[in-house]
Order: sequence, then C-alpha cells, then structure tokens
Amino acid sequence: MTEPATTAGEGGLGKGPGRLLVWLYGVFTVAAASRSIVQMALHFGDAPLAYVLSAVAAVVYAFITYSLVRGGEGARRAALVCCALELLGVLTVGTWTLADPGAFPDATVWSDYGVGYLFIPVILPVTAVVWLRRAPVSASR
Amino acid sequence: MIDALTLAVGVTALALAVWCGHAAYRDQPTKDWHFIGMAVVSVLALAQLVVGVVQLTRGERPVKGTALFVAYLLGAAACVPGAGFMSLAERTRWGSATVAAGAVILAVLQVRLYDIWGG
Repeated sequence: MTEPATTAGEGGLGKGPGRLLVWLYGVFTVAAASRSIVQMALHFGDAPLAYVLSAVAAVVYAFITYSLVRGGEGARRAALVCCALELLGVLTVGTWTLADPGAFPDATVWSDYGVGYLFIPVILPVTAVVWLRRAPVSASR
Repeated sequence: MIDALTLAVGVTALALAVWCGHAAYRDQPTKDWHFIGMAVVSVLALAQLVVGVVQLTRGERPVKGTALFVAYLLGAAACVPGAGFMSLAERTRWGSATVAAGAVILAVLQVRLYDIWGG
C-alpha cells in the first residue's frame, strides 16, 4: 500500500527540523555528485575506487533528500534504511581509508570519517535517524 | 582582487550565520532584514563568480584546476539564495537555522576557494 500522495512541504518529514536536514542532504548531494563527476571526467584512472565511492555517496544522499521531501510512512522507512546504509558506509570507508591508505590515492567524501567535510557525514545520518523516528507521520496531511 | 572578495564573502557569510543562528535560537523565522543581509552576501558571491571568470579569461589559472575552481564558484553563488528560498517555505526557527547552515557552508567554500586559487 502506498501512502496518499502529499505535495512537497506537506509531508511531516521535510518540515520544521526536517527542512534543515533537506537542505544539508541537498548540499551534500550536490557536493558529492559534482566532486565525483569532476574527478571521473578529469582523471578517473588516478583513484577509481575513491571516485566510485563518492558517486555511491551522492546517490544515497540524493535518495534521502528525495524521501524527506516526499514524506509519508513509506518514505520514512526508505530513508531510515538509507541513513543506516549511509552511516555504515561512512564508518566502513572511514576505517578502510585509515587502515589501507594505499587503496585510496585520492580522497572520497567519506575518507577518514568525513574529516574534510567537518565530520558532517558522520553527524548527519545520526541526526536524520533521530528525526525520522520522531517526526510526526500524521502530519502527512 | 579575487582574494579580497573571497575574504569579504567569508566574513559576511559568517556574520549572516551568527545573525540567523541567533534568530533560530530566539525561536524566530527569517525577517525582511535577514533577507536584505542574504542579498548582500549573495551579491558579493555573484561578484566573486564574475571576477573569477574574468580572471580565467585573462589567462590566469587556479593552482588546483580550473574545473574545480568554477564548480566551487557556482556552488558559492547558489548557496545562500538556495537557503533563502527554503526559509521562505519554512516560516519557523528552522528556516533561520537553514540559512545559518547555508552561510556556514558558504564560509567553508571560501576557505576551499582560497586554497584552490593558490593560497
């Protein structure tokens, strides 16, 4: 069953504190996407793994942004799964870059737990999960 | 020229962040004065974009690459207007918090821009 369609802004997920999350996720979508596009276009051979991981991060960010805007119970569940995936990604890639720097001649968005992005990549999924569990779903109308 | 603008955008962006952060702290939405502040910062960021492109056409080259430089200039110019539109839709303290976050991001972009240009 799909939730009744809600227009952007009416869903409870993207309102109030959610609006700030939409903004941050939107910024990170653009940041990760443009980063990976520029790097892949200019010098893909240098660090293919790093660039592909940045692209994956961009897709995850884009999907969470979309889910927050869409609102509703389905979107909430999808976003929760993606946030867990995101956190797992940051922790895995963060540990991986520290344990085996040789595999990463160039940095990714999630390198060293997102140190190049003020650690926001680690903070964001935790904040988002807290919000997603708390946001009023009844506000979907 | 570009360095002076980078500094100006960075400082005004931080001021905007503090101002809107204060509004969020006091549980207030963004008001007309905030939007005037956003306009000032946005105009400076646009001027930076124009000056940056002019310097590129003159043959000057950023140390870390032209594509990266242009991408950051575009991102910087779009940052505060984007946050401003979101705060128009969110007439609560969270709209102010969004603008504050956007302004902090703009300030970070300035540090990176300085670096990319050849600081």
